[in-house]
Order: sequence, then structure tokens, then C-alpha cells
Amino acid sequence: MASVPIEGRPGAGAPRTIFRHRLSTRLWHWFNALVIFVMIMSGLMIFNAHPRLYWGRYGANLDHAWLEIGSTPTQGLLRVGGLTIPTTGVLGRWTAPDGSVSTRAFPWWATIPSGYSLSAARRWHLAFAWALVVPGLLYWLWSFANRHVQRDLAPTREELRPRHLWHDIKDHARLRFPTGDAATRYNILQKLAYLGVLFVLLPLAVMTGFAMSPALDATWPWLLELFGGRQSARSIHFLCMAGFVAFIVVHLVMVVLAGPINEVRSMLTGRYRVPEDRP
Amino acid sequence: MISRRALIGMGAGAGGLMLSGCDRLTASPTFRDGLRAGEALTMRAQRLVTNRGALAPEFDAAQRSPVFRANGTRRPSSPAYAAHAAANFADWRLAVDGRVARPQNFSLAQIGTMPARTQITRHDCVEGWSAIGQWTGVPLKLLLDQAGLRPDARYIVFHCADDYGAGRYYESIDLVDAFHPQTILAWGLNGRRLPVENGAPLRLRVERMLGYKHAKYVERIEAVASLAGVGGGRGGYWEDTNDYEWYAGV
Repeated sequence: MASVPIEGRPGAGAPRTIFRHRLSTRLWHWFNALVIFVMIMSGLMIFNAHPRLYWGRYGANLDHAWLEIGSTPTQGLLRVGGLTIPTTGVLGRWTAPDGSVSTRAFPWWATIPSGYSLSAARRWHLAFAWALVVPGLLYWLWSFANRHVQRDLAPTREELRPRHLWHDIKDHARLRFPTGDAATRYNILQKLAYLGVLFVLLPLAVMTGFAMSPALDATWPWLLELFGGRQSARSIHFLCMAGFVAFIVVHLVMVVLAGPINEVRSMLTGRYRVPEDRP
Repeated sequence: MISRRALIGMGAGAGGLMLSGCDRLTASPTFRDGLRAGEALTMRAQRLVTNRGALAPEFDAAQRSPVFRANGTRRPSSPAYAAHAAANFADWRLAVDGRVARPQNFSLAQIGTMPARTQITRHDCVEGWSAIGQWTGVPLKLLLDQAGLRPDARYIVFHCADDYGAGRYYESIDLVDAFHPQTILAWGLNGRRLPVENGAPLRLRVERMLGYKHAKYVERIEAVASLAGVGGGRGGYWEDTNDYEWYAGV
């Protein structure tokens, strides 16, 4: 994001347009919008092959699972720790498009491919992982080189003060979004969300993915120590996915609330119409 | 303005299109070849960044799984296997042939007197679960050295006793993995003779690879120059029947 006005015309009623997103940001955004859906949906199919998560170095059916999506003869169930939630129709027990009832964990509409195939899901997941990681690394380096990270994403000391944070949280909760000059910069919650995805979720998802590879574990045994074992890494990998889903949901809600046409246009053309100050 | 209802409708429509599109792509041979190129890239990249002699992590006795899960075939169905199992595998033979100078036919007793390696390693099923067990067996290298590989041998193929209807189980590895110090033909699990459900009397342990490479009930080891003439040509039972990766390092 750059705050250089290129069509700013002073004067009453004339909307101010700024150039907000560089081409690299826009390309990476839309490419990722596709890739992340493939990664999540093929990952859910891989999870369907063994719908249980464990902490530690090992974990198979007879071991204690902290999360499990299963079914009884009549119900779908999600079990987290000691909590059991009925999920019939969505998780663990659902109706496939051909009318048959399936007891796979995630339903057909959430997975790639939509019919059960672990091998096909693995091919999608591992091939698209390249599409996530290579452009991601290039974008990372480029964003440091062109100072996007330092200038637009790094929070200032003032923004990190609890009072400032709380103020922004209250404004968001009341759906009062920044206008005027403030709208040309990311606010602190946006900064934290984007930094969290770029520098926490993405690297963590990649590293825990590596830690699940028996070949990479042989070369980098510290990966296992870092995450506390392969099954812990698998659990964290799944939680990263949940983090991505949460980010995408909030992101889309914010786009709709902030004015979807202006927001989507700015991500397509780079130009963003600055909301006028409230009177 | 686009109404909220229209937006949701568009979202659902796009999602549906994307899903059926993905299914069509999965069914397309060209696209599958494209994804397979991803597998080749993953294999090359892993071999580039990893030391191919690196040892898989080994664990303490206390870190073993309380129960080592048995998967796939739990007892081969053939009468021949049943007879061997009833006789405690006294007459069981392991053949080593193919592109070798001196074809071998080892008895289980002979294999039991050869130098053994014991290792506590983690077994990672492609489905996602893991189990840690202590394996004892003869390094595959010792068997291959006795047979003497011919210069054109490139892969080691394991032919197994378990019948899957579509054919006998088989798997293959390259020579780097075949001569790796942790690659053993195990006859012991957790200090006892290998149980039938875990692959008795002999199973392959090829640590650093996913579970389906660790062939159970191995009865013949064949050195080949190419995988083209073996089974469906993709190097293994699951590779041939279900399009799993031959390189199962990830």
C-alpha cells in the first residue's frame, strides 16, 4: 500500500482516489486466493483418511486423540477433548450428491476431490504447496526490499498501546471504519492480521508440513524437537488451517462491510476511493 | 449495488463450479500428469536438500507406542502361507534373484544367524497416524552383497505373500535406500518374533519413507534394471492401483 494520491482533487464532493496496492501485492493476492482454497480443501480430504489428531511423537487408533470427527450409526460427532458435539449433516455423517449417506469426516463440498481419494488429495496438496511456498517466499523478500513490510505493515509503538488497541477493537465492533486520511493506512488490527498470516501462519504451516515428512525428519531432526513430535506437528498444521479459515471469513466479512465494490476494485486495479470523513 | 442474496448465490455458484471443475481436473490424465510433475519436483527438491545417508530419528524404549497398529493385510489368505505359519516358518525361504551374480535362497534360520540391527523408529502411515516400535532384522545390504548385484541393477523389488485380489503386494526402492544402514528385513518387533499381523516372518523396514513402502510378508527380493516390467510399471502395488507416489518421503 502506498499513500501517494494520484488522482486527488481537492474540492467539495469530489471523491479522492489513491493508488493503494502494488501489482506484486495484487497478483499475489489473487493467486493465493485460489491456491489457499485448494490447499485447505485437499488438506481436509487428507484429514478424512485418519480423522483424529494427537499430541506427541506417535498416535494411532488406540491412542488418545484430542480431536476426532466420527460417527455413531445415527449421528455425526465432533469430539474435542472431553466435549462431544453432534454434527450430523455436516461432519462425520452427511449425504453425498448421489443420495448415499457417508460417514467420512468432512463433507463432499469441503474437499478436493469431492469423492474420497487420499492419493488424489495428496497430489493436489503437494503440487499446490509449491505454488504457495515459492511465490510466497518471493513476495516475502520483495516486500522487505521495497519496504512494504517496514512502511505499511510494521505497527508503530503508539499503535501497540493497549488503549489504542482497545479503541480500534471497539470501533471494529461498532462497524465504524476509518475514513479520510486514516483510511489510506492499515489500522492496527489489519496490520496484526496480515503480519500474523504472513509471518506466523504461513511459516508455521510450511514447517509443520515439513515435520510430517519422514525423509525431511531424517535430515532435520530438530523439526521434531521444535514441534514436540510428528503428531504434534500434524495437530499444529491442522490448527494453522483453522487460522487461515478464520482469517478468510473475517477478511470477507470486512470486505463486504467496508464496501465490496471499492475494496475489490482496489485489489484489481490498485485504485481505492477514500471514504469521506464523517461530518 | 449487488444484493447480499445475489452475492451469496454467486459465492455458492462459484464454489460449486470450482468443485466440479476440480473433480473434472482430477479425472483428466493430462492434469494428473501435471500434478505428477509436482511429485517429481518434490522428490528432486528433497534429495537436493537432504543428505541421502541421513538416519531416520531413533527413539528410546520408553517412547514406543503401547500398541503397534497393524494395517493392511493382517494374515495372507493363501493355503501356502497358512501352512508356513502353522509350521512356524521352518521351511520358509527368501529368494534373492534378478540382476544378481549369485541367486540366493535363504532359510529363516540362516537369516537369524546373520548380523542383525535393532532400531526404535517411527512408522508413518500415509493416512496420517504414526506408531513407534523396536525392529530387529538383517540389513538388506548383507543379503544383496551375498547375491552380488550386477552392474545394471537399479532397483530392488520386494514380492510379498499377501494377495490383494488385483495381485500380490509388491514394492520397490532404489539402491541408495536399499543400502541405507537402517534398511533391514525385520524378523523381530519389540523384542519378540514378528507377529503375523505385522508381516511375519520378514518385513521390510525402509525408514524415511511412508508406511506402504515397508512391504510385509516379503518372500522374494528381485534386483531389476527398470521398473517398467514389474507389475503395472509404477513401482508398487498402491502406486499401480491407486496412483500413490513411488517416492514416499513426504
